[in-house]
Amino acid sequence: MIKKVGENTVKFTVPPKIISGYSIVGPKEGLSPFAKYFDYILRNDDFNEKTYERAERKMLEQAICGAIDKANLLSTDIDILLSGDLLNQIISATFSARQIQTSFIGLFGACSTMTESLAVGACLVDGGFANKVACATCSHFSTAERQFRFPLELGCQRPPTAQWTVTGAGCSIISREGKGHNISYATFGKVVDFGINDMNNMGAAMAPAAADTLKNLFNDTKTSPNDYDLIITGDLGKLGSELLVDLLESYGFNLKENYCDCGQMIFSNTQKSFMGGSGCGCSASMINSYILRKLDDGDYKKIILMSTGALLSTTSAQQGETIPGIAHAIIIEKGK
Amino acid sequence: MDKEQINISYCKFVENRLPKTKFFPSLLWAFLVGGLICCIGQGINDGLSAIFPALNKDDIQAYTLIILIFLASFLTGIGVYDRIGAFAGAGSIVPITGFSNSIASPAIEFKNEGFIFGLCVKMFSVAGPVIVTGIASSILVGIIYLIVGII
Repeated sequence: MIKKVGENTVKFTVPPKIISGYSIVGPKEGLSPFAKYFDYILRNDDFNEKTYERAERKMLEQAICGAIDKANLLSTDIDILLSGDLLNQIISATFSARQIQTSFIGLFGACSTMTESLAVGACLVDGGFANKVACATCSHFSTAERQFRFPLELGCQRPPTAQWTVTGAGCSIISREGKGHNISYATFGKVVDFGINDMNNMGAAMAPAAADTLKNLFNDTKTSPNDYDLIITGDLGKLGSELLVDLLESYGFNLKENYCDCGQMIFSNTQKSFMGGSGCGCSASMINSYILRKLDDGDYKKIILMSTGALLSTTSAQQGETIPGIAHAIIIEKGK
Repeated sequence: MDKEQINISYCKFVENRLPKTKFFPSLLWAFLVGGLICCIGQGINDGLSAIFPALNKDDIQAYTLIILIFLASFLTGIGVYDRIGAFAGAGSIVPITGFSNSIASPAIEFKNEGFIFGLCVKMFSVAGPVIVTGIASSILVGIIYLIVGII
C-alpha cells in the first residue's frame, strides 16, 4: 500500500502516537511567559558542568531520560533514538546516545531537527520497523555563539535582525500503541535557497523553505490554513514569520490568527532577544511543553508543526555562500 | 521568472522589510561611553603625574595605557564589558579598552580547549586583523619615510 500522497507528503495508515514529551530550558528561557509549561528550568546555564558543551549534552540526556520516564518506560523499551543538534559532527546527540544504550540514528537538519526526527520516527513506527522511538534535540546559547559568532564576553553589538539561540532540549516518545496524540501526515521539505547571505538574518533565509513546505502540505493533503487550529513554525522570528505570511499569500494561502512562531513566542518583549529565539531547542522545548499540554487540554484538535532550519556552516558563510533553508512539517491530531 | 530574478527580487523585498538601527540613540551612547572612557584615561594620566612628579610624560602615558588595558580585561573577566558594549557599540570598541576586550574574551572562551591550542591560538582570533593591518601599515609608512628622507 502506497503511503505517499501528493508530491512530498506521507500519510500514516496507523497514526503513530506521541505518548510523552519532556522539555528542559535555560535560565533566560525560564523567565519567558511559557515558563510554567517547561518540565525543568536550569538555575545556571552551565548546568554545574565544566564546559557549555557538557552542559548541552547533559540537558539532552535529561530530556531523553525524562521523556522515557514520563511514558513509564525503561530505556531498554526504546527501539531507536533519533537525535541531532547544532554543533559540529552533532556531538551533543552522539555523546548523549553513548549514555543511553539503544540503536541510534543521528540527524542534522539545523534548527529543523525536532520535526525532522518526529517525521522520520513516525515513518519508522508506521512502517513497523520500530515499536517505540525517541526523538530528541537540543541547543545551547553559549555553544552556538562560540561556533557561529563571537566569544561571549566580546563587547559588540548585534544587528536588529539577529536572533537569540535558545538554551533548551526536548524529547518526544513516539509509539505504535498507547495513549497520545496522533501524527497523521508528514511533509518532508525541499532545500530552498533564495539568495540570502546574511548570517544575522536567518529568518529571511528560512522563510522561503517554510513557505514551500506549507504550500506542498496544503496541496498534498487538499486542505487550507482554515482547517487547522494552529499552524506553528519553529524559529523564523518576527521578520521571518512576516515574510512567510507574505510569501504564502503570493502562493494563494492566507495565514491568519491561527499562525504563530515558537521563536517569537519563547521570549517576552523585555528580554532583548531582537527577532526572537532560534536553535533546535526553541521548537523542541515549545513542542514538548506548551503545545502538547494544549493538545491534552483539548484547546487544539488539529495542528501543523513545522520547524525550519538554516543549513549554513561558518566556512560557507565566510566564503560568501548563500544560506539554504529547509523546513519539515507534521500534522498532529488530538488523540482520544 | 528564472531563479536568478526570483532571488534578486526576494533579496530586495527583504531589504525593504529590514528593521533599521536607530541612529540617534546609537550615536549618543557611543559618544557618551567613548567620551567617558577617554575622561577616565585622562584622569589616570593627570593623577599619575600628580602623584609621581618625577616620571616623564612618555612613562606616564605608558602606565595610563597599562591601567586602562588592565581595567578592561578585568571587566571582561567579570562579565561587565560585553554589557557595556551591547549599548555603547563603537564607543567601547574604538578606545584601547575595546582592543583589550577583544583579546581577553576569546582567551576566556577557548581556555577549555587547552593552554596552547585553545587559549594561545584563539587569543588573537578577533584582534588578529587589527595587529596585522597595524604592522603592515607601519612598515609601509616606514618605507615612505625612508624614501622621503633619501630624497
